[in-house]
This record gives sequence, structure tokens and C-alpha cells, in this order.
Amino acid sequence: MIQKLRDRLPAMGWLQPVLGALALVAVWAFVNLVEMVDPVLLPSPKQSWAAFVEGMTEGTLGHDFLRTIIRTMSAFAVATVIAVPMGVALGSSSRLYRSVEFLIDFFRSTPASAMFPLFLVFFGIGEEAKIAVAAFGAALIILFNTAYGVMNARQLRQLAAQVMGASRARILWDVTVWESLPQTFIGLRSGVSMALVIVIVAEMFIGSTDGLGKRIIDAQMIFNMPDMYASIFAAGALGYLMNLLFTLLETRFVHWGGK
Amino acid sequence: MSPDDSALRLVSAGNPAEAGDHADTGDHAERFRWFAPGTHITIRGLTKTFGDTVLYEDFDLDLPRGKVVSIFGPNGCGKSTLINMISGIMDYDAGTILFDGKTARETKIGYVFQNYREAGFPWLRAIDNIRYPLKFLRLTKAEQDARIEKLLASFNVSIDLNRYPYELSGGQQQLVSIMRALVIDPEVLFLDEPFSALDYEMTLFLRDKLQAVLTEMQVTSLLVSHDLDEAVELADEVLLLTRKPTSVAARIPFDAPRPRNAETTVTPEFIDVKTRSLEIFQREVRKP
Repeated sequence: MIQKLRDRLPAMGWLQPVLGALALVAVWAFVNLVEMVDPVLLPSPKQSWAAFVEGMTEGTLGHDFLRTIIRTMSAFAVATVIAVPMGVALGSSSRLYRSVEFLIDFFRSTPASAMFPLFLVFFGIGEEAKIAVAAFGAALIILFNTAYGVMNARQLRQLAAQVMGASRARILWDVTVWESLPQTFIGLRSGVSMALVIVIVAEMFIGSTDGLGKRIIDAQMIFNMPDMYASIFAAGALGYLMNLLFTLLETRFVHWGGK
Repeated sequence: MSPDDSALRLVSAGNPAEAGDHADTGDHAERFRWFAPGTHITIRGLTKTFGDTVLYEDFDLDLPRGKVVSIFGPNGCGKSTLINMISGIMDYDAGTILFDGKTARETKIGYVFQNYREAGFPWLRAIDNIRYPLKFLRLTKAEQDARIEKLLASFNVSIDLNRYPYELSGGQQQLVSIMRALVIDPEVLFLDEPFSALDYEMTLFLRDKLQAVLTEMQVTSLLVSHDLDEAVELADEVLLLTRKPTSVAARIPFDAPRPRNAETTVTPEFIDVKTRSLEIFQREVRKP
């Protein structure tokens, strides 16, 4: 019996990556079935999935999903445009970096949610405040990763360019920026995750009319649990897909990384 | 190195009294006025210290045009440091290094590093790595293509240059580095232990290729090698250095006809040069 199972296992290799997820759903279904938790608080996986599919097709979940994507991507774009050039500039001058290192570390350690009131004062309760605060959080991560990448670029390639007659600006552009790309991408990937986290929280608490965060908190208030789980799942899927997308971009654009 | 540095060195070349801190300016004037015909690189009063360690102090050297000079010496005597200072990628504390009166910055320099993995640009295809230094020569696209064609023809190698460096073997990567260094028709070529990270078969192959191309191009070359056989076989002259503070222990010419190969290494001439080099090397190593 066990021998038979062992023979079959390699053929079922594709199952391995989803095994954990299946187990989680199985435990969830079991808990729901034997009513270990109040079914009002924990609906069945089937109910939640139905709420997700319905929300995405007929309901407003699709709209909220899209709003969150747009906010996250706007924040991320703003952060990238500001933070990457600044990171390169800071990284290429260690004196400049040292003089602002404390500031970066301090604000990076400050929870971005603690800055909500500040951004509300400056940007009002509209879209701008949410995007700005998420951009702020993402920018700091991107900034210091880019700066680190530039600072820790290996010297030999820069020397090779120097001996060919490249100017300092050329070396920075042709060599150092490329050298820093793997680290910059780590920053971009963490930055987009951070932007999503802040956008969801901002949608919950700073005067939003749509978005996944708003939807989750609304569902919780009226005890529409299937919809809440569906929305949480949508937020998770969004985060996962964004990460996946950046991993793909990374292998495409930083194909030499780790080689 | 900033342009200011090189300007300063040009001035000090014209005004030798400033080059060193010796009171005897007459001696300096003598050194600056005269160097042997056929000299390409002139080094005067070169001084380099690392912390408390004096590596070079008031070091003078003339290097001939169009010849291959192999630098050989005890560990830690600063062979790589020397060619890094000459090629302009390492600063020095005092002294003057000129190529026919020009600074390193004003000279077309090719440099082959030992660590080909970290010297190539992995984001560029091999062919674009080779093409890269042509950017700094103000050539038209057609002229660039002609240079590349000529270079590929003289190397006559069969590697797929549309691959990225990390897709090539170590020897192929180093070959790409060598071609990248030579594509600009350098006035001076620096080779810092170019073969020491490669297997023996590849080393022999690359050595032959390099020798053939260097013979054809007649480019002033400085080779640092830790392999005495290789140093002698490739050299027109073996430059032996002392322990630090480093000075020239001896210069031994080697005039065997090119192309040289394994047979060259069993000729009495070769053995003589190698034996004398080894004696001097061992004498230097044994010095307290």
C-alpha cells in the first residue's frame, strides 16, 4: 500500500505547491463543519468563495479591487519616480548618505499609519492623502535599498570603465546604476507591498468610499462575514500577484542577478 | 582621479623640483631631462604608502615602447599596485607617471583584470562588452564596426558573442575581456595575472592567442604574472622587483623569436633567462 503510494508520488509532483493551501481549506471546512467556531463568524469556504465570485462578477468587489490597485500603483509610481533617482544620488556620495542616514532610518522605523493625521492635514481627506502617505512609506524603502545598491556596487567594474576613459557621470550611469539594480528591485518589491498595506489601512480609516480596505471594514461592521473573507482573500491575492509580477520583471531585467 | 590631479602632475613634470621632496634639485633635473630613446612610460619619484607600510619610495622606471615587460617579484611587493598606479586606477602619494609626456587619462589604455567575472559587464552581451570602450573614442558607427570586424578576424575565435558573459566558460569570458581591452588599439596594455584563474589548457590557448595578437599589434604591454615560465615566455624583458620598499632588482631581456611556444621553453636561452630570474627572485625572497 505504502509502496504503491510512493510509486505514485513523483507523478503527483504538481500537487506539492498547493498542498499547504488545500490543507488550510480542509481545516477551515472541518472547523466549520463541526462548528468549532460560530458559523456566523466563520462561514464555510464554499460560502466565502461564492461571495468572492459573485462580488467579482455581479457585485462591487471588482470595482473596489480595481480602486485599490489604482491607488497602490499610483503611490508606487510616485515613490519610484522620487526615490530611485534620490537613492542613486545618495548612494553615490557616502558623505551625503551619512548626513541623511539617520532621517531615513528614523522615518523608516516610524509606522506610516502614525503619519495619517499629518498627511490628512496637508492633503485633505481625498485621494491625495491616501496616495501620498502610501508613496511616503514605499519611497523610504525604495530609497534606502537603491542607495545601498549603489554604495555596495563592486568596485572592479567601475575601475574597468574608468581605465577605458569613462567620466564619473558615465561610470555612474553605465556601471553603478546597473550594479545596483538587483538591490533596487528588492526595494521596489518591498515598496509595492508596503504601498498596498498602507493603501488598505488608509481606505479603512481615512474617509474612503471604495477600495478593499473600506469594503473589509464595512463587511465587518454589518457582520457580512462571507463578503469580508472574500475581500480579505482579494487583498491577499492582489499582494501575491504584485509580488509575482515583480519577481517576473526582476528575472527579465536583472537576468544576471546572482550569476 | 580628478582632472586636477593630472594637471598637477603635468606641472610637476615640467618643474621637477616639485616632484619629490629632495633638497637636491640638480639630481631631479637630471632625471627629468633624460630618458633613453624608445621609452614609452616614464616613472619618476613614485611614492606609495599603505598606512605605516612604505610600498614604493622614490621609485624610478622607464618602460620601452612596443615591448612586453613581465613583472615578477616576491609576494606583497606591489606588482599589481604598480600597474594600477601606472594605469591610473589607483592614486599614489607622490611622483610622476607619464606616457610620452601624457597622463594616463590622456592615453588609450587596455586593462585585463585577473577576475574576469567581476570585470565584465553581465548586463551586456559579450559582443557589447567588447564594443563598450569604443564609446570613448568618438568613432562613427561604421568605424566601430570595422574595428570589431578587424579584432574578431585577428582573434579568429568561435564563441557565440551574442551570449551574456555568465553563459560563457571562464576562459571565454577572459577572452572577451582581452578583446575588450584590445578593441581600442590601446597605446598600453595592462595584464594583471590574466590567466591565473583559468585551467591549464585554456591558459595555453589564451597565451598563444594573446602572443600572436600582441606581436601583430606591437603594443606596449605590462604583464603581472606569478608563473615564471609564463612571464618569460611572453616577455621581451623580465622586470624583477625586490621586497618592499620595492625597487627594481634586475631587468633581464629575452629576445627569442616569436611566435614562441612550448619548444621555446626548452631552448638554452629561455632556460638561462629563467634561471637568472629565479636566482634573483630567490635572493630577494630570502632577504630578511
